[in-house]
Amino acid sequence: MTNAWQTLTYYFEFPFVRYALVVGIAVALCTSLLGVVLVLKRFSYIGDGLSHIAFGAIALATALKISNNMLLVVPITAAFAILLLMGGQRAQIKGDAAIAVLSVSSLAIGYLLLNAFPSSTNISGDVCTTLFGATSILTLTMQEVWMSLGLSTAVLLIFVFLYHRIFSVTFDEDFATATGTSARAYNLLLAVVIAVVVVLAMNLVGTLLITALLIFPALSAMRVFRSFRGVTICAAVLSVVCALLGIVLSILAGTPVGATIVIANLACFLLFSILGLVTTRRFA
Amino acid sequence: MNILSCENLTLGYEGRPVVTGLNFAVGEGQYLCIVGENGSGKTTLMRAILGLQSPMQGQIITHDGLKKEEIGYLPQQTLAQRDFPASVYEVVQSGCLNKSGRRPFYNKQQKARAREAMARLGITEFAKKCYRNLSGGQQQRVLLARALCAADRVLLLDEPASGLDPAITEELYSLIRALNQEGMTILMISHDLRAAARDASHILHLANRQLFFGEKEAYLNTDIGRLYALLEATA
Repeated sequence: MTNAWQTLTYYFEFPFVRYALVVGIAVALCTSLLGVVLVLKRFSYIGDGLSHIAFGAIALATALKISNNMLLVVPITAAFAILLLMGGQRAQIKGDAAIAVLSVSSLAIGYLLLNAFPSSTNISGDVCTTLFGATSILTLTMQEVWMSLGLSTAVLLIFVFLYHRIFSVTFDEDFATATGTSARAYNLLLAVVIAVVVVLAMNLVGTLLITALLIFPALSAMRVFRSFRGVTICAAVLSVVCALLGIVLSILAGTPVGATIVIANLACFLLFSILGLVTTRRFA
Repeated sequence: MNILSCENLTLGYEGRPVVTGLNFAVGEGQYLCIVGENGSGKTTLMRAILGLQSPMQGQIITHDGLKKEEIGYLPQQTLAQRDFPASVYEVVQSGCLNKSGRRPFYNKQQKARAREAMARLGITEFAKKCYRNLSGGQQQRVLLARALCAADRVLLLDEPASGLDPAITEELYSLIRALNQEGMTILMISHDLRAAARDASHILHLANRQLFFGEKEAYLNTDIGRLYALLEATA
């Protein structure tokens, strides 16, 4: 135990480890809040699709040798998020199929671009990092930390101040629209926010594991809680705890950060599923 | 005083008309019952009035400054939202959202209104319960309470009695009647012509076109009215 504590204090003397912790918690908070809405809107897989699109965009930015790739990645991802969320009823290819088509295509295009315009000699290493976020959270610059914090604060504020509208639009879009709340506007806002958060979360767990960060806290919370408020708060707390636990464990055990956070979330989900079974029997 | 009128209205999906040639007007405080077979365009009409769907032809005009924020709506019950975690109170309270303006949170009046609506529908005891765990009749009452929170002048109801047992249906109709007597304009889609014949002031009969629009007494003396009543009674 003292050994573990010593290892931790040793690691936390490095600023990049502290950055990783701060950004990890901020991103986990954002993804959990959005995840509640996405799961309930039946868009659980959009995070996965968008993260692949973001991967393609990053490859494009690398190929074009753009230094601050966020300037390209965020707008492209946002555009596709709007397309997927808003296209909804009228699109020729619907929902899950559209996400599948887009995510596979952008993954392929991105990988092709990385090979055609290699930025370093270790392409498969680069791809692995982008997909699994193996080390990127540990290589954050001060600027990236502030940007992550700023964006997380913005998402949090949006969620707090629009909480009741988000509930109404998510629960019954038709009723909300019919009584004068513009569901379209909130879906648009949601699409943009999701795109921003997906790009943010890529630094933490990499593109492949974003879906886990989005949906696990919400699903776990839904096992136990029966009100929207309860689920939202519980998901946020769970997500932060899992991120914290994942980062600390990955330092102690020397495991990849992203995968460790996801496994913490998975363990949490299993625990809450059992808890849910026990409590439903009591309240049903 | 008319608050809503439809002029030469055609509605449909993807270029195919569902219902054509609608010409009618609803006055403040009236109780309009929309009747007709399944697929005759009743729900389509209601969705168009609510602005969820735009007309293919013609127009829907609101008069006397009727705003979306004054309309309440009880949708047809669906199986959607089955696993949505929401307490009864949260659902009912969301009906007040249209009175929020730019305020991010509900104020005291809105909260009081939600409690009042719950009390009126006898669901106060379920306030903290999960919406999805309620029976069909209880869910319907929750949605009606939400509609009451939203409705200041007009209440639109789509098959409010479907899936309810007779005693609860009666309760529901008497509540709607009471609301109408308090001055609320009611637009209701119904299969139940007996209720329509008793409570409604006007009838709109659709069969992909407008078969009849006018006062209830006139309707009950037309051939379609008599035929429909007969069919309903034997069904």
